[in-house]
Amino acid sequence: MSDILVSEQSAAGAAGRPAGRLLEVDDLRVEFRTRDGVAKVINGVTYHVDAGETLAVLGESGSGKSVTAQTIMGILDTPPGHVTGGQVRFHGKDMLKMSFEERRRIRGEGIAMIFQDALSALNPVFTVGFQIAEQFRVRRGMSRSDAKKRAIEMLDQVKIPNAKGRFNNYPHQFSGGMRQRAMIAMSLALDPEVLIADEPTTALDVTVQAQIMDLLAELQRERQMGMILITHDLGVVADVADRIAVMYAGRIVEEADVYDLYAKPAHPYTLGLLNSIPRLDEKGQQLRTIKGLPPNLMNIPPGCPFNPRCPMAQPVCREKVPPLLQIGTGRASACHFAEELVNRD
Amino acid sequence: MGRYLLRRLLQLVPVFIGTTFMIYYLVWVMVPGDPFAGKCGERPCPPGFVAMMTEKFQLDQPWYVQYATYMKNLFQGDFGTTWSGRSINEIIVAAYPNTLKLALVALAIEAVIGLTAGVLSGLRRNSFLDNLVLVSTLFLIALPIFVIGFLLQWLFGVQWHIVEPTVSSEMRLSELIVPGFVLGSASMAYIARVARTSISENRRSDYVRTAIAKGLPMRRVVGVHLLRNSLIPVVTLLGTDLGALMGGAIVTEGIFNIKGIGGTVYRAITTKESATVVSIVVILVVVYLVMNLLVDLLYAALDPRIRYE
Repeated sequence: MSDILVSEQSAAGAAGRPAGRLLEVDDLRVEFRTRDGVAKVINGVTYHVDAGETLAVLGESGSGKSVTAQTIMGILDTPPGHVTGGQVRFHGKDMLKMSFEERRRIRGEGIAMIFQDALSALNPVFTVGFQIAEQFRVRRGMSRSDAKKRAIEMLDQVKIPNAKGRFNNYPHQFSGGMRQRAMIAMSLALDPEVLIADEPTTALDVTVQAQIMDLLAELQRERQMGMILITHDLGVVADVADRIAVMYAGRIVEEADVYDLYAKPAHPYTLGLLNSIPRLDEKGQQLRTIKGLPPNLMNIPPGCPFNPRCPMAQPVCREKVPPLLQIGTGRASACHFAEELVNRD
Repeated sequence: MGRYLLRRLLQLVPVFIGTTFMIYYLVWVMVPGDPFAGKCGERPCPPGFVAMMTEKFQLDQPWYVQYATYMKNLFQGDFGTTWSGRSINEIIVAAYPNTLKLALVALAIEAVIGLTAGVLSGLRRNSFLDNLVLVSTLFLIALPIFVIGFLLQWLFGVQWHIVEPTVSSEMRLSELIVPGFVLGSASMAYIARVARTSISENRRSDYVRTAIAKGLPMRRVVGVHLLRNSLIPVVTLLGTDLGALMGGAIVTEGIFNIKGIGGTVYRAITTKESATVVSIVVILVVVYLVMNLLVDLLYAALDPRIRYE
């Protein structure tokens, strides 16, 4: 089922806008200036997403995946955050150079975002219906009753039972899964071209996680949206993503088609992540982990940032930062030994 | 909600009886000295007067009989009379509207100025305005009210002649602005500080970030999403303060010659007008209890997460 889905999506993505990418992040650099020092959070991130395709951004906490998304949305806390370089292009236009008003009009209509914890992301003192209808009223200038009608339609589309009755409920009166559905309804209200989902299922229990991911995949397919799915869960990624970008210490360390990445990872970090998925046939044995901790972003080690934790590290890894290089079609790796890794066994 | 309201109203009954009894007991029974001392000038009171007053205030009866009679009259809306025979109801009716007017002016001033200063400084932490608000509120909190009162009266009334130094008996709104500012000054400072903290905390909250991500204009993000949440502690503070303001303001009323309830109760205490003291304090207790209840209900109206069972 999921193979058919993926191939359909890729085909649609390729057939979509031929002229230029929908959303491109190009060599983005962000640092956090705090009292203790400067943390280099994003160190040259480049990725793109086209209409109808899903890009999964994978990485540990602190790898910079959420900060990249916040920079795209323009909701980075500044200070302490500072964009020090790079571009974020939407339909070829650099958003970082736009005026506040120009960027504001893209939010919601061009690019929308779903957050991890829907309970804190929704305003506690307004009803869910109000918060969805608000967009139709403010952005589309609809009347109160028309906006309400559209908001109920949206709640219905994300499969909230009794949408009409739920309109006047407050966020705390919803269950976790329903709350995330409402969040999705809100983000899709203005029919965005790109949806950024920042760990949309992390705060939910496993059965609900699957439902929410299915819903997201379905809505993405129906609307032919570009989707950036930020997650640290490899299991979630396999079913819905077309391409995967793996982030480590504010860099993309590997980018590949979902099948290539699972079959033949081209970066030792990706390999470590795949190995640390708990497996049923190894029940009772100790879980495999990647040794060590992610680097301190105020003091990233010289050379490859992964070298202190890397089982394959060689002297060259401590000296030269490996650039993100193409290896074969549609995949890239930032490892000095990428070819060897892929051509193994 | 209905059950909660009923329970809260029933709770008022024992509190009301307890406080009125305490006041009555303190004022009539525990105050030392002869109730007739000083009542008739330099001379001792004539026996006829003593007999008449003893009869009128049931001074020969045990205190619980006195209290029961007082409460019986109170529930019929009769607060009794002063020693000289003036109706206490009349005294209250003459003074309380003045207190209410002053309280409302003070509340309006502290809400408008305090909230504006707090919101602006909360939005721009560490700016010049923020520091100005912090320093000026510290001044208002630190200075005793009589210093602020006399200072502003002297500046605006005596030096610059912008307003009359004292308030006339008509209690015009324009005359009440300076006394209202003086009376509300300390609370204004607290409101500014609470609003500032609340705004700057909520400004970084996830739901404000969501509101921005929805592409709402900044004035709507701040004016609707941020403000509504940040107002909850401020409104609570304002409500509690209104209860306190309606209890009269002895110092402010004194400085600006306002014939309010604060000055009335003060004079009643110094002249040992026990009946007046008890009646006014009883009214203030009821006002305070009701205001407290209203604040609690308001709190639930502002924050839907609070539901009273």
